[in-house]
Parts: sequence; C-alpha cells; structure tokens
Amino acid sequence: MSDNLVEIKGLHFAYNSRPVLKGIDLTARRGQVVAIMGNSGCGKTTLFRLISGTVRPTSGLLSVDGLDVGALDQRGLYQLRRRMGMLFQFGALFTDMSVFDNVAFQLREHTDLPEEMIRDLVLAKLNAVGLRGAHDLMPSELSGGMARRVALARAVALDPMLILYDEPFAGLDPISLGVIGNLIRRLTDTLGLTSIVVTHDIQESLRMVDYVYFISEGMVEAHGTPAEIKASGLPFVHQFVHGEEDGPVPFHYPADPYAADLGLSYA
Amino acid sequence: MGVATRFFLLTMLHSGICLRRPQLVIKEVYSAGVLSLIIIIVSGLFVGMVLGLQGYDTLQTYGSEEAVGVLVALSLVRELGPVVAALLFASRAGSAITAEIGLMKATEQIAAMEMMAVDPIARVVAPRFWGAAISMPLLAALFSAMGIFGGYLVAVSVIGVDEGAFWSQMQSAVDLKDDILNGVIKSLVFGAAVTVVALFEGYDAPPTAEGVSRATTRTVVTSSLAILGLDFVLTAFMFRGL
Ligand SMILES: Nc1ncnc2c1ncn2[C@@H]1O[C@H](COP(=O)(O)OP(=O)(O)O)[C@@H](O)[C@H]1O
Ligand SMILES: [Mg+2]
Repeated sequence: MSDNLVEIKGLHFAYNSRPVLKGIDLTARRGQVVAIMGNSGCGKTTLFRLISGTVRPTSGLLSVDGLDVGALDQRGLYQLRRRMGMLFQFGALFTDMSVFDNVAFQLREHTDLPEEMIRDLVLAKLNAVGLRGAHDLMPSELSGGMARRVALARAVALDPMLILYDEPFAGLDPISLGVIGNLIRRLTDTLGLTSIVVTHDIQESLRMVDYVYFISEGMVEAHGTPAEIKASGLPFVHQFVHGEEDGPVPFHYPADPYAADLGLSYA
Repeated sequence: MGVATRFFLLTMLHSGICLRRPQLVIKEVYSAGVLSLIIIIVSGLFVGMVLGLQGYDTLQTYGSEEAVGVLVALSLVRELGPVVAALLFASRAGSAITAEIGLMKATEQIAAMEMMAVDPIARVVAPRFWGAAISMPLLAALFSAMGIFGGYLVAVSVIGVDEGAFWSQMQSAVDLKDDILNGVIKSLVFGAAVTVVALFEGYDAPPTAEGVSRATTRTVVTSSLAILGLDFVLTAFMFRGL
C-alpha cells in the first residue's frame, strides 16, 4: 500500500477546449490535511471534480488509493466514492430530510444495518461534531456553521478514507471558522482519514494543515509545509498571505489601455 | 425532445427502487397527490355546478331537463375530469416538482448525492415519477365525482330536477368501457406527461435562481400544451375510432 493516497502528475483538463488545469503535480499522503489555495476561478473545484471522477482528465496521471480514476467505469466510480466524502461549499444538505436522516442517508442507501444500529452510528457522528442535540432539526433551521458541521458528519458516516472540502470556511464567522478548522484536523487524526481542503483562508490553513499547494493559472505556483511557505519569499505567496490587491495576480482584468476605451487616442 | 426521451427511459430503467422501497413512492404520492386534494375538490365541485346550470338551461329548451345528469357525467368522465384535473395538477404539483428538483440541483444536493454513490435518477426522479403518475388518475376520478356531486346539487337540490331520473339516466348512459375506462386511460397518459415534463425541466434547469424560475414556468406551459394536444389525439382514437 503506497504512502500516497492521492497522486496527481502532469494533470491537464479543459472545459470545451478551454484549458483550466495545465499540468498539476500534487500528492496527498495518508493521514495528512492538505490545503489547496488559489484565487477564484483557478480551477480548485474542477480539481475536486477530477478527483471524484465527475469529469475526466484530458491527460496526465490521477490516482486515488492506487486506482486510475479517469479509467474507472460508473460501477468502479461509485465503489470508489463510497470510500470518499465531499463537503460542498454550503453543505448541500438534503432540504427535505432532518439532520438525522441526512447523516443516516448513506448508511440506509449502502448498508442493510438495522435501524437501532443506524441510530447509534448517526448519533455518534453527530456527537463528534457537537450537534447530537440537533438531530431532529430540519436543515432550514440551522445556521451556516451548523449546516457545515452536519454535512461533515454526513461525509464521515461511512468512515471514508478521503474527504474533499470545497471552501469549508467561506462565509463563516471567526468562531464557526475555528470550530470547522479544528474539526477537520481532529476527524482526520482520530478517524485516520486524509483530507484535502480548498480554501482562501490562509491564516486558518497555515495553522492547521500539514501541506499547502498554491495554484495559479492552472499550475502549481508553490508548495510546502506551512513553515516553508511562511519562510519563502515568493511574490505570489507574499501577495496571498498579505492580501495585497495587486501583484503577480493583477487587480485589473486584462483590458485595452484605458485611454483607448475613453476614446483618447493620440496615435 | 431526444434528451427528454432518454431521460424518461433512464427513469424507467431505474424504477426498481420504487418496488423495493415503496415508502419512497408513498411520500411522493403525499406531496403530489394529497397536497393537490383541496384544489381538485373545490374546482371539481364548481365545474360540476356550472355544468349543471348551463346544461339545465340548454336541455330545458328541448324539454329533456332530466338528461342534465347524463350531460354532467359524460362531460366530466370523458373530458373535463381528466383534462382540467391534469391542468390543475400541472400547475400545482408539476411546478412544485420542477422547483424542488431545480433547487436541489442549484444547491448541489444532486451533486452531493452522486458523490455519495447514489444515483439521483433512481433515488430522486423515479419515486417522484411513480408517485405523481399514480396520483393523477385518482385525482381525476375525484374531480369527476365532485363535479357530478356539484351538478346534482344545482340540478336536483336547487332547481328541482327529478332525483330518480337524474341518477337513472346517468347510470344507463355512462358506459364502463367507453367512458370510464377511456377517461382513466387519458388521466394516466396526462399524469405521465406532466410528470416527465416537470422532472425533466427541473433536472435540466440551469442551477441559478433565474434558471429555476424559468424552468418552472416552462413546466406549466409545456405540460398544459401537451395535455391539450394529447387529449385531441386520444379522443380521436377512442371515440371516433380513427
Ligand atoms: N461546467 C463548466 N463548464 C465550463 N466551464 C467551467 C465549468 N465549471 C467551471 N468552469 C470554469 O473553469 C474555471 C475554473 O472553475 P472552478 O474550478 O470552479 O474554480 P474555483 O473553484 O477555483 O473557483 C472557471 O473559469 C470557470 O468559469
Ligand atoms: Mg470553487
């Protein structure tokens, strides 16, 4: 069994011939929390779609637990996904089911466990995210942070080997943000998972993750442990860490010279 | 059209779950059928009362006002029951199905389900199809029954048509196969058509607020047109023997 759960080499991907990923190299070791950072639209969600087999790579190597994801058929994909959890940006809880039924969903769909055992498992998962008392609420009654914790409990319901988190911190207050960050770390360590977190929150990431990748323009711009990242003087990382508006990532969308747009042509 | 057909075939292919877990279908019978009861009952009653009034008025000229029962029953069982109930069903239940599935898509619930290795066609679409398709003939039958009751109220209780004649003429004129069975077939076809349109529009909707609202409108418009078009075709086959 290889030490690397997710291995990506020279991964290319294009939507309708518009390239989004242009040669990504990335590995996630078992038991690690890996952060992927980059500006909006750089292809982070797309990378998750590739890892989960929703879309297939144009070229390059992409393996999860030794399986070539791009080559799996529907059956193989579904089998792989049972061992994989994904936390969507706003939780994506099923709005017509209670919190309990949301967490029980995969247990009921994929196992023949008796209802008492499902109940014990669900309450244990909800307890791990601190929401056992909320089990009979509906998703519409939850705050954003709570919804994401329930989604987290749902994602770990079948004890997956890998969890993908798509911007788990977006739109949360600082307290909820810290709670989610700690939960990701704790669940990864106690359940022996591997976690890949897409996020903009550099401070939270540098605090809790094991390894960071910066993606820009469809390529890995920089990578390293939080300590290495902080120590590196790369201009891109510097801009990201300090939240500067202009730098290697320009403030202006590419445009003709302003003077030309204003009709002030002196040519 | 081709995509919708493929979608329908996929739904049929994945309908096994509905037999294995009938409670999934029952839940949808509740939201599509039971929640449509009020509008069906009230509309049926009023349509029947209007038929009673109009029918009496016309038949009186020919001195055959007892036949008002026949007129009310045949109009409802053959045409108005299936058609009006289906139109109401499209705007009440069809639009709700489209909005629900469109929103499930927009909020990534469908994607989440696929990520959990559960096929949304089997888990979300198929139970809704069967739930709604089962509800529709029952609603149409209820609509006709309420309409006949409304016609009775107006003709017998208010105007004073002879009660015995009202019922006996109706019984001898309405044929089990030609009228009732054909009416049931119509409502089955309309129910399936409305539901497929509603499910497809929801599943196909762009995952935005605007996309979902447009899809909901399209469901009502498309399925209403489909009902009326299919009604013509079916009527031509059934009653003219084309
Ligand atoms: N389904 C799609 N079809 C075509 N283009 C897409 C699709 N999804 C995303 N894109 C484009 O691909 C790029 C990367 O998107 P995404 O992976 O969502 O970025 P991120 O998650 O990093 O913000 C964006 O420019 C986006 O417009
Ligand atoms: Mg994204």
